[in-house]
Amino acid sequence: MFVRKSKKSLSEYSTGELVMFRFRKNKLAMFGVVLLSIIVITILLAPLISSYDAVVEMNMADRFQSPNAKYLFGTDEFGRDLFARILYGGRISMFASLAVIGIAFVIGAIMGGAAGYLGGRVDTILMRAVDVLMAVPSVLLAMAIITALGNGVWKLIIALAVSQVARFARTVRASVLTLRNVEYVEAARCFGASSLKIILKHILPNGIGPIIVSATITLGQTILSISSMGYLGLGVASPTPEWGTIISENKMNIGTYPYLGLIPGICICLAVMAVNFIGDGLRDAFDPKTKN
Amino acid sequence: MSEERKNGARESDNLLEISDLHVQYNTDDAVVHALNGLSLKVKKGAKLGLVGETGAGKTTLALSVLRLLPAGVGEITEGSIIYDGDDLLKQPESFMLGLRGERISMIFQDPMTSLNPTHTVGDQILEVLDLHFHEMPREEKNRKVDDILTLVGIPPARKNEFPHQFSGGMKQRIVIAMALVAEPELLLADEPTTALDVTIQAQILELMRDLKEKYNSAVILITHDLGVVAQFCDSVAVVYGGRVVEYGTVEQIYAREKNHPYTAGLFNCIPDLSVKAERLTPIEGRMADPRVVAQGCCFAERCKHCTEICKSRAPSAYEEDGHGILCHLFTKKEGA
Repeated sequence: MFVRKSKKSLSEYSTGELVMFRFRKNKLAMFGVVLLSIIVITILLAPLISSYDAVVEMNMADRFQSPNAKYLFGTDEFGRDLFARILYGGRISMFASLAVIGIAFVIGAIMGGAAGYLGGRVDTILMRAVDVLMAVPSVLLAMAIITALGNGVWKLIIALAVSQVARFARTVRASVLTLRNVEYVEAARCFGASSLKIILKHILPNGIGPIIVSATITLGQTILSISSMGYLGLGVASPTPEWGTIISENKMNIGTYPYLGLIPGICICLAVMAVNFIGDGLRDAFDPKTKN
Repeated sequence: MSEERKNGARESDNLLEISDLHVQYNTDDAVVHALNGLSLKVKKGAKLGLVGETGAGKTTLALSVLRLLPAGVGEITEGSIIYDGDDLLKQPESFMLGLRGERISMIFQDPMTSLNPTHTVGDQILEVLDLHFHEMPREEKNRKVDDILTLVGIPPARKNEFPHQFSGGMKQRIVIAMALVAEPELLLADEPTTALDVTIQAQILELMRDLKEKYNSAVILITHDLGVVAQFCDSVAVVYGGRVVEYGTVEQIYAREKNHPYTAGLFNCIPDLSVKAERLTPIEGRMADPRVVAQGCCFAERCKHCTEICKSRAPSAYEEDGHGILCHLFTKKEGA
């Protein structure tokens, strides 16, 4: 009886409200939101805090300054302000990660949607292509693509997006498969809706939960991948700042001046951690088993 | 003009004419024969009850008319479905998209699952209009949504609410509103009251009757409830083993003077409140295996009046004043 009563009061909320409710109760996830907000707002306000000139301006008189009042994060071997470089570098790291997820999501959703909805031969062909992508480690695949295309922010984004498409295609396909034969989808078919309309209006909104979770968790990994690529010299080329690139260009001096590696490293860790906390929180919030 | 029209005035008032329809499901382990030569005529504005037990092929019939049998599995092997002069089995998909929802609508069995939980009910009714009436101005569409909601007894103010905020009976009203908002010529109601309790069932039937009067749509009511048919329909087709075994007006069939043995069996299953009985009288046996096409009458194995001829030869129709029975019992008498 009691179980029934509590269910009834819950059923007054819509799924979306319930998810938000559960998400807000998750302290770690809320910490992630706060942390990510701070990072994103600081990065967005970069032009107000520091000018882009400071990023590339060399000041040989002030090389290897430890963090102090003038240079908050210190300076590197060319006397460039590390704080400014990290601010603007974060813009590229974050923007590129979001772009990677966006592109991978759109392509993956189209592939997975078509495979799941149309089934049969289309499904087989698309999913075997996905299997091929999955068989190669994503960083290796991205490295191969960049080697072929050459350096540059957009090339990096494309390379990483391709290496993540498979994950999205699988998640979307799974959602579509479970929803394809739901009665309201059949009803929509009976009302004369075309397949595209059915996928966009009836299947995606209902299957979006796991896809959002997968996107957030992948976002954290992508920030890391972009930095790894930068560190390996395959990402954004110096002097354009990017968190991984900053560590890479200072790697000769990290032994003597550890802050050159520690500060950008901590920035990467904090951003990835914040995104992962949010991802985990969303996953728990979408899980119907945690319905109390 | 179609062949239908040429056949003369008497034939042309049939909105839907299904003849000798064979449908099979090709599954991995067997071919299931769902419909075996089903023929049916529905006049404009008629209220036809389609009665039969689970697996008789009632829903298959509805899906065949809309050409929405599961792709790659369900297959129409023979027969024709003439709708208002057009053979639906020969039309391109684009024609069917225009037909579904606008000229033929369907009401589903379970209102709990036939509404999309992520859209407001107003949106879902509006979608049907959006799909078919591209030129209609938005205000008119909105007004139509309000009108149909009022008509099915839901305050239009609630159109911005989500399906989970409504009770089962109200959801079924919304489903009916969706089916009727485009004012279709034919409404396929697939067990619209099965998932509802008896009081709501009566309300929904009442509502469907009112709406039918207003729009003069033809209705095919698919059900296994003979009581619902008696309340709502003016003619009945009894389906067994993928064929119509008996058809006629409600009066002809419910008179219980001449019935197919299967129909008679169905009537015997209804508990009589005035008689104290220990047990109900069910029809013996089970539905024939749909994987095997019977040589003779499909009901032969369960029939009390089964004779040799029933097992070897399929019966032809015996007809009297539009009351048709597919049984050797009656055709023999006719011949004698």
